[in-house]
Amino acid sequence: MRIAVFTKYVPDAAEERTFTADKTVDRDTDGLLSELDEYPLEEALTFAEAHGKDAEVIAITVGPKQAVAAVKKSLQIGAKRGVHVLDDRIAGSCVLSTSRVLAAVVEKLHAEAPLDLVLTGLASTDGVTSAVPVQVAERLGWPAATVASSVEVADGKVRIRRDGDTSSQFIEAELPAVVSVTDQINEPRYPSFRGIMAAKRKPLDTWTLDDLGVSGDEVGQAAASTVVQSITERPPRTAGEIVHDEGDGGRRLAEYLAAQKLV
Amino acid sequence: MSEVLVLVDHADGTVRKPTFELLTLARRAGTPVAVFVGATEAASNAAATLAEYGAETVLVADDPVYQNVLVTPAAELLAHLVGSRQPAAVLLPSSFDGKEIAARAAAKTGSGVITDAIDVDADLTATQQVFAAAYTVTSKVAKGTPFITVKPNSVAAEPAPATGAVEAIDFTPSGTGARVVSVEEKPASGRPELTEAATVVTGGRGTGGDFGPVEALADALGGAVGASRAAVDAGWYPHAHQVGQTGKTVSPQLYIAAGVSGAVQHRAGMQTSKTIVAVNKDEDAPIFELADFGVVGDIFDVLPQATEEVKKRKA
Repeated sequence: MRIAVFTKYVPDAAEERTFTADKTVDRDTDGLLSELDEYPLEEALTFAEAHGKDAEVIAITVGPKQAVAAVKKSLQIGAKRGVHVLDDRIAGSCVLSTSRVLAAVVEKLHAEAPLDLVLTGLASTDGVTSAVPVQVAERLGWPAATVASSVEVADGKVRIRRDGDTSSQFIEAELPAVVSVTDQINEPRYPSFRGIMAAKRKPLDTWTLDDLGVSGDEVGQAAASTVVQSITERPPRTAGEIVHDEGDGGRRLAEYLAAQKLV
Repeated sequence: MSEVLVLVDHADGTVRKPTFELLTLARRAGTPVAVFVGATEAASNAAATLAEYGAETVLVADDPVYQNVLVTPAAELLAHLVGSRQPAAVLLPSSFDGKEIAARAAAKTGSGVITDAIDVDADLTATQQVFAAAYTVTSKVAKGTPFITVKPNSVAAEPAPATGAVEAIDFTPSGTGARVVSVEEKPASGRPELTEAATVVTGGRGTGGDFGPVEALADALGGAVGASRAAVDAGWYPHAHQVGQTGKTVSPQLYIAAGVSGAVQHRAGMQTSKTIVAVNKDEDAPIFELADFGVVGDIFDVLPQATEEVKKRKA
């Protein structure tokens, strides 16, 4: 069992998130492993544990120098190996270019030794497009079983449950496959002290575009398939009317709704 | 004028409201062409309503493969139509399916994709709200054909009668991809769809697991029921109802948060609601910073009284 997990480094949502002068996300701030990427990592580690010593979980991140923190955290949590794609030419890449780079990483790893699964989160907590997993699958020519709230692997197939608004679908795909998972699938573990110490000795590769055979013309802001025109900070909402319930709170609420013609 | 393709969201031929919103937006940038994936009979029924909202042509893709294989066949179809019809853009609903179909078709055609737009201009500039709606960003697709997914409730659907000529598409998808083995329907709640509802009443940690008063107020107002992440994680309400960063984003006329503290993850999913009302015991709860009207009090007192009062006013 060999599993690659995409682990994105994102700005901390609890802090102020901003943009740089070139209209891209300011990544030179306090960041961390995207919370939604802890779930595929947990799922990968659970599979690896069930498959014994030979199982390998590889955490991958693409991003600037500080993005290595996402891979290091993944190694502390339990991944066996890390890959950080670090290349200045990647800065400002769109979704399409990002999927190009990630697919090249998967291909390189798959050529070393076959992968069974690529596990990803539902979305990143900064871009929130949910586009990257299927675009990587498209480029690899692998099936994508997405938005999984449960995942099983057996007999060379992956089977997932995909919960929608009106129905749940049960999906099956041949391995190797790309699988994205929701935050309902498991309870991610925290790094243990032993895990933190052990992480320091785990292999962490730093790859450039040249290592991946990707041309600089295919990535970066100049090659982006979407271009930001303007960024406007949303004005703060004007303070509303706050009342304390003195036995008439519900009535006053209804009166407010009526006054706003919402009833 | 060039065409703008709109992927139709429907249940057995009953077209869902977000499609009419997409057709309304599509008219700004070109001639709307509806792409209907489903049975031919269902399509002829849907064609009349699609025409009412401006669809000049209704293209029908009728093949069981669209039900049996996840996302991939619809993406192949749109990539094929982009090649054969050269549309100015393709608009899709911002559901998981819609976003994934857009992303895959964009990758196939070397196109840019913009997800979760709240507006699309005549020149195909898309508006999005990012970082928990702290910023409004406009952007354009610079490569290939723009694939834009639009959130429900972003614009008012406006009728504009058109021909709605039904046309079969001559295309057979490859059939490769992840297979749908079975489908389990969920029982209908009788309430409106969360992302489409004009009113949403959401319960949080403060419900202590009792959503009775929340549901009662939602029903009195004809609204949908939402749940905070804390309530969903506690197992009190199904995940399909979760409002916030890792759940649904809603933008109703009226949002009532009951016993919801208003963490940033929650705000990301409801901040753009037109009117926000909060009820919470804790007067320091961050949700009050967003509220147009707030009641500091126990939801088990305030909600039932409000429900009675709403019913009286409606009677």
